Amino acid sequence: MTTAISASGLVKTFGRTRALDGLDLSVRTGEVHGFLGPNGSGKTTTIRILLGLLRADAGTAEVLGGEPWRDATTLHGRLAYVPGDVTLWPNLTGGEVIDLLGRLRGGLDPARRRDLLERFDLDPTKKGRTYSKGNKQKVGLVAALASDAELLLLDEPTSGLDPLMEEVFQECIREVKADGRTVLLSSHILAEVEALCDRVSIVRKGRTVESGTLTELRHLTRTSINADLARSPNGLSSLDYVHDLEVDGTRVRFQVDTGRLDEVLRQLTDAGVRSLTSQPPTLEELFLRHYEDPDAQLPAARHEAAAR
Amino acid sequence: MSAIANSGKLVRLALRRDRIVLPAWLVVFVLFAAVNAAAVADLYPSVASRVQAAGASNSTPSLVMLYGWIYDPTAIGAIAILKLGGPYAALVGVLAIILTNRHTRSEEEAGRLELIGSTVVGRHSALAATMFTMVGAGVVLGLATAAALAAAGLPVAGSVAFGAAWTGLVLVFSAVTAFIAQLAQSSRTATGLSVLALGVAFVLRAVGDVTGHDRHPTFLTWLSPIGWAQQVRPYAGDRWWVLLITLGFSVLLYAAAYVLASRRDLGAGILPDRPGRATASKALRSPVGLAWRLQRNALYGWAGGFLLMGLVFGSAASGFGELLNSPSAKQLITALGGEKGVTEAFMAAVFGIVAVIASAYGISAALHLRGEESELRAEPLLATRAGRVRWAWSHTFVALAGTTVLLLVNGIGAGITYAAHTGDGADFGRLIVAALVQLPAVWVLTGFVVALFGLLPRLTVLGWVVLAALVALSEVGPLVKLDKTVLDVSPFAHIPKLPGGDVTVAPLAILVGVAAVLVAAGLVGFRRRDIAP
Repeated sequence: MTTAISASGLVKTFGRTRALDGLDLSVRTGEVHGFLGPNGSGKTTTIRILLGLLRADAGTAEVLGGEPWRDATTLHGRLAYVPGDVTLWPNLTGGEVIDLLGRLRGGLDPARRRDLLERFDLDPTKKGRTYSKGNKQKVGLVAALASDAELLLLDEPTSGLDPLMEEVFQECIREVKADGRTVLLSSHILAEVEALCDRVSIVRKGRTVESGTLTELRHLTRTSINADLARSPNGLSSLDYVHDLEVDGTRVRFQVDTGRLDEVLRQLTDAGVRSLTSQPPTLEELFLRHYEDPDAQLPAARHEAAAR
Repeated sequence: MSAIANSGKLVRLALRRDRIVLPAWLVVFVLFAAVNAAAVADLYPSVASRVQAAGASNSTPSLVMLYGWIYDPTAIGAIAILKLGGPYAALVGVLAIILTNRHTRSEEEAGRLELIGSTVVGRHSALAATMFTMVGAGVVLGLATAAALAAAGLPVAGSVAFGAAWTGLVLVFSAVTAFIAQLAQSSRTATGLSVLALGVAFVLRAVGDVTGHDRHPTFLTWLSPIGWAQQVRPYAGDRWWVLLITLGFSVLLYAAAYVLASRRDLGAGILPDRPGRATASKALRSPVGLAWRLQRNALYGWAGGFLLMGLVFGSAASGFGELLNSPSAKQLITALGGEKGVTEAFMAAVFGIVAVIASAYGISAALHLRGEESELRAEPLLATRAGRVRWAWSHTFVALAGTTVLLLVNGIGAGITYAAHTGDGADFGRLIVAALVQLPAVWVLTGFVVALFGLLPRLTVLGWVVLAALVALSEVGPLVKLDKTVLDVSPFAHIPKLPGGDVTVAPLAILVGVAAVLVAAGLVGFRRRDIAP
């Protein structure tokens, strides 16, 4: 297995702002890697460094085996980039921009170009200034997807797309993946991330706070359990992986670290389970945890602290 | 008045954005006025000398075309404002156009107007705020200019009349731009059309003046806002009522702009958009191809203007032969910077002016680099194999080649009409050479902008500041008898005065070398720095 992108300890400051503060990122060849984080957490800066548009103050980055700043031109022939805000020249048509970018990247497949225009329902004869935000975004997407690039760097590429087009986009990314190509996808759309990404990295304030498959990440969060037992449970409160325990006669309600679910269930069955509902963490909870909490504590943990 | 709610806040926003550019322009213009007035007063102390100078100027068609008539030959003020009322009046118009467009169409194009339009501001607040800002700028310019002229010892009434005439120019051309901004689909088109209108105004005044009898211009002059400004006749009767024409016309155009603005959507023009090509042409396959595509329409427009300028100046110079006997005409023209024959001195001076205008083109063409970068359009290109140096070279190349084309067509235009008059085919070639010899100095300024772009990208606007400073230096410097070493700072000072002067290759080669070093520094600097929106 090889890595398409590996970055470690990236630091980038703009004046007094520290945009990146030791960011690590590893994307394997052939995977679709989700790149998540709140606004201003450094995702775009990272992508710009990977493109060689910015030079990192510290840390190392490797893209397709090359150094992004030094080998920029060579690497650019092997990757395609879609910015989050595609800006077009007001008097060039979408078709012209697609062709221009394709040619500058080293050619694009006319058949695929035709096919993508049709699927994205994009009129290539309109001037750049007349496109809506979603249509501008489509121009960027078609230009990138029509290329043979081994690596796609997509920075919130679907912002402004309608749900139908979002569906087309997901299809296209699956095809790219089936071709064995690699995608780094920065996105806020959790459904999109869940549908497409093999692994994700979550960044906060310029640092990677979590990285792994969605299943792995789910294991790091808690599942809520609501059970009615035959008799009062013993020793649940002494388990350090059980949180927010509420006991009401034989009814218990608590949260458990998802990785320890098995052990806690054994405890419950010892007490005799009459009924049980368990709620796995939603993706939203998973991300919100990293988005809003400075110390990456669970919201529940804060409640605990407040109650004490 | 809800349609213009909160305009006051937008005026403050506009002033905040222009806090450097606007005062700088104002200072430059007021300085020009003051120094011109003072120098002319020194030059013609006696009434007899004034009458002689004014007579020479009034009987020289090319000067009448360039500057207009001197309406009172005995009044020192009327002579002092000769340049200020002609070419400088056009520059005042340029200022009004640039600033007005900056706050209307280019704001709209950048989408910022949309953001502001969604807040608690009226539908027409942005337009109204621009108008208030420009009226304010015009009044300040007029008052400061009047004060400067009066301080130089000219009569107060005439000084105020002249200041008011400049205020009127700001109003008119601001109104013209605001009107055109509603029609055009893009900011560049709006600027281009507005400058075209200014050019037409200048030519109408020039032709109206020169085809009239002594000091009695034909109706053509009365069709031109620049003509109106001159017809106020400061220091020569102070005809205040003419200002009413200016005011009325401005109000009318602004009103029309409001009407158009209410009939169109934000971002759209009145002129419709046609569908374009579905695929790119073969030429659009490299950064240079793109730069050419983005800049060619502007270059066509500029080249047309330069050709026209050349034709007009060439024919104007042809009328010079009859005036060789007048010593004061010679004195006046020699003061313009020539060396040998009066005609050739005139042409050399004209090519000096043409070189400055060509430099303005070169600067604006090279500034595309910064514009593309800060509007984030460069980013997708720089993420391809195009490479930074190749991309940066593309607009640099268009700027360098474009200035070459402009001077070439200008020389051809002047050569055609001049050689047709003299009947000497060799004059055709001599004028082309005289135009092209300006190139090294023009390229130095282009190179300066490229160097700024590569090394100090946030300060690229200094390109304009330096051009303005060099113009001020070459205009004002000799009048206040600045030391030659100071004057020699300007690249234009090292250009041989052609036709007629001697050609020395060394300074030209050095200028080309300086330009090359500046360009190289810019390209290397850009390769080494971060992309900075």
